[in-house]
Amino acid sequence: MARLLTHLERLEAESIHILREVVSETERPVMLYSVGKDSAVMLHLARKAFHPSPPPFPLLHVDTTWKFRAMYELRDRMARQSGMELIVYRNPEAMDRGINPFDHGSLHTDMWKTEGLKQALDKYGFDAAFGGARRDEEKSRAKERIFSFRSTNHRWDPKNQRPELWRNYNARKAKGESIRVFPISNWTELDIWQYIHLEGIPIVPLYFAQKRPTVERDGLILMVDDDRFPLREGEVPVERSIRFRTLGCYPLTGAVESEASNLPEVIQEMLLTTTSERQGRAIDHDQTASMEKKKQEGYF
Amino acid sequence: MNDTPSRYHPDAMIAEDIHAYLDQHQRKSLLRFITCGSVDDGKSTLIGRLLYDSKMIFEDQLASLEIDSRKVGTQGQEIDFALLVDGLAAEREQGITIDVAYRFFSTEKRKFIVADTPGHEQYTRNMVTGASTADLAVILIDARKGVLTQTRRHSYLAHLIGIRNIVLAVNKMDLIDFDEARYHAIVDDYRLFATSIGIGDFVAMPISGFKGDNVTTLSPNMPWYSGPTLIQHLETVELDANIDQEKPFRFPVQWVNRPNLDFRGFSGLVSTGRVSAGDPVRILPSGRTSAVSRIVAFEGDLDEAVAGQSVTLTLADEVDCSRGDVIAIANDPPEVADQFEATIVWMADEEMLPGRPYWLKLGTQTVTVQIQAPKYQVNVNTLEHLATRTLDLNAIGVANLSTDRPIVFEPYARSRDLGGFILIDKVSNATVGAGMLHFSLRRSQNVHWQALEVSREKHAELKNQRPAILWFTGLSGAGKSTIANLVEKRLVLMNRHTFLLDGDNVRHGLNRDLGFTEADRVENIRRVGEVAKLMSDAGLIVITAFISPFRAERQMVRETMQPGEFFEVHIDTSLEEAERRDVKGLYKKARAGELANFTGIDSPYEVPENPEIRIDTTRMSPEEAAQTIVERLLGWS
Repeated sequence: MARLLTHLERLEAESIHILREVVSETERPVMLYSVGKDSAVMLHLARKAFHPSPPPFPLLHVDTTWKFRAMYELRDRMARQSGMELIVYRNPEAMDRGINPFDHGSLHTDMWKTEGLKQALDKYGFDAAFGGARRDEEKSRAKERIFSFRSTNHRWDPKNQRPELWRNYNARKAKGESIRVFPISNWTELDIWQYIHLEGIPIVPLYFAQKRPTVERDGLILMVDDDRFPLREGEVPVERSIRFRTLGCYPLTGAVESEASNLPEVIQEMLLTTTSERQGRAIDHDQTASMEKKKQEGYF
Repeated sequence: MNDTPSRYHPDAMIAEDIHAYLDQHQRKSLLRFITCGSVDDGKSTLIGRLLYDSKMIFEDQLASLEIDSRKVGTQGQEIDFALLVDGLAAEREQGITIDVAYRFFSTEKRKFIVADTPGHEQYTRNMVTGASTADLAVILIDARKGVLTQTRRHSYLAHLIGIRNIVLAVNKMDLIDFDEARYHAIVDDYRLFATSIGIGDFVAMPISGFKGDNVTTLSPNMPWYSGPTLIQHLETVELDANIDQEKPFRFPVQWVNRPNLDFRGFSGLVSTGRVSAGDPVRILPSGRTSAVSRIVAFEGDLDEAVAGQSVTLTLADEVDCSRGDVIAIANDPPEVADQFEATIVWMADEEMLPGRPYWLKLGTQTVTVQIQAPKYQVNVNTLEHLATRTLDLNAIGVANLSTDRPIVFEPYARSRDLGGFILIDKVSNATVGAGMLHFSLRRSQNVHWQALEVSREKHAELKNQRPAILWFTGLSGAGKSTIANLVEKRLVLMNRHTFLLDGDNVRHGLNRDLGFTEADRVENIRRVGEVAKLMSDAGLIVITAFISPFRAERQMVRETMQPGEFFEVHIDTSLEEAERRDVKGLYKKARAGELANFTGIDSPYEVPENPEIRIDTTRMSPEEAAQTIVERLLGWS
């Protein structure tokens, strides 16, 4: 009698297989760790893949200095717990110029994240970087491979990706080229939540509803996380019971009003909700297929 | 279609008892399938419909879908579901999907991953890729058109990749007034064809992806149809994963897990079968035996692991085992061989070159492979066998191949993991092809290397020299033959035993059957390389003077020699200079269009990246060049 593997067991086994292939076939892999729920799952899978060894690569956090405080706390705790080296990289030019999400709009994402990531990969000579992107997030992602090749200047060419057959990944590349690898490509948002629930994976408390100081601006509910938040004239922070479906830099990430304070409630709310998770991110509203353009420029 | 409640998304249960819902959800299984058809067959519409019905589409997506439907949609004012699944911007403007896209939805019983591939002519590569991970294929037919050439092509490819479950979805039934007779005629027509290519069984159903008939709910418009809906069938069809568990145990080792001196584990994914602690196992290709002592996982040791699980095994004995090895059940191990017959699907713009060394990656094993000229190519539209010397983009052929060392394998029909391989170009690193092993050739079991009593070393010792190959490469007219002759004369004066293989001369005899196409050039160099290698085994210093334009073949010869015995000598003369000299008048002919495939004019020359010796003929006389080469060979400089 066959023992039927559940969809989560099969997704887990596939992700672990991918993580091990990359470690075996590349010279200097790194895991991009954004502290969000997808990163949390990816890190958990890495710990499972190499147990009893610690994952044989460092964690890289490309920091913008504008993450929620709760994210920094979890980041440091998880690095300690997993026994992995944590590299925090901040783009020195963005630092010098004081780039921030309030005054600089899309330049903020561009300099801290897109440029910051390229600089970090170059500085440490990483030839493979694990990322937590999923194919169900956005239409253009549905076509991206699990192994995504980048030229020496980190550009992604949607027309020149390698076919991926069976479980047979080709990780060969020339010097200077690199690969972005997405081990949780085939997971959906619901899979992620369900797995976090089943495995008891620690996530940032901001995913759970709680009374927090907020302002409403351009249709988004923004959380006033610290005193760097410049209040506009007449704006007074209001306590609302809110949570986040996705986490980025705090002024760019919109919250939703919610009473869901534990995982089953969050999943319940997610299943009954009627808007997709990326809607909370200001970055996507610019134009259709904006993710695809960003990707070609090297945004993760 | 609103008379029955959706079976997809139990809103009431989620709202009332989320814990019960979660409990049910975590016990779902996973089915991967592929949809085959063109935009005209309503394929994107069907997938859009599946996503829409399973509520995988949110309000914001629906809002932008409505805007898009009015702007570029093909369904008038109605929602164009196809727009949900077309991804990249350029493709959306052209109105076609041109790659493999993966979509996700789930019902109460299963999660589904759909590989969506386009239906136009140039799509063999994409469909084969999408089908490689699928358990089931949905072949879509436009009810108005019936079985078309592309239907046959899709079915052939699905069958070739080993998909056992074929669904024939006769779509757009609404446009033929749900005509039962017409439906049965199409199914009968298809059955004739399917049987002829070896598809023993398939499930046919009449549907309308656009209106939803027989997709999630049985259609009131077709009371004559008594089979399952598409979703019902997808939810209950038997998974390959279950069948894989009943096969013999196979475990390709991915990574050796060695956190400290006390632990040595072998990490991998169980490819087929199942394993328990204590099971006797055999490690291939070495054939050593041991027993499984532990099945290690993060949450604690397991009693048993089954096909599809990623685990780490420890063994009872200190046996050699590393990445590329396969741990298998001891009394029924897989074969080990180095010569095979295989089906090859070519996926690159540059044609396959018989004889050229490629990387072959099969699971965790990577070896060098040479493919012989195909026995035949299959016309995917007519399924005729055609004679061919090579394979172009999207061509499918059957050929013999040989690897440079034995690999552990199983026929593809028995194991996708141990029978499916990819081919990688050694220079560009691109994945240029994929293949499926049929069987090993008996030759490889029966032809062994004859151990020679007089060794290579003895031959060299008698001649009092170290064997070597001086491999000259460069454009026509660069001065290769001139300098090579001078080098040989100098060596002979020093009592060295040499032999010069010259391009023009070899083409009069050994290679007189070869022309100047890329494929023939590769074969030309392969033969010369083999001859040079045999001569070096006899202790000779071999000098070759061939244009040898491709890096891959020069590298192939280099790899047959011991380190320090192969000297790549680049006679570096610019094209302008070689053309100015034009000793044989060939450049003039080539420029006049009288000579095709002339290196430097209409055929590429790949400059050596790190030659042992580089001779710039504009700064050195032939005598000086010869002296330089001899000094380097003998280690004087």
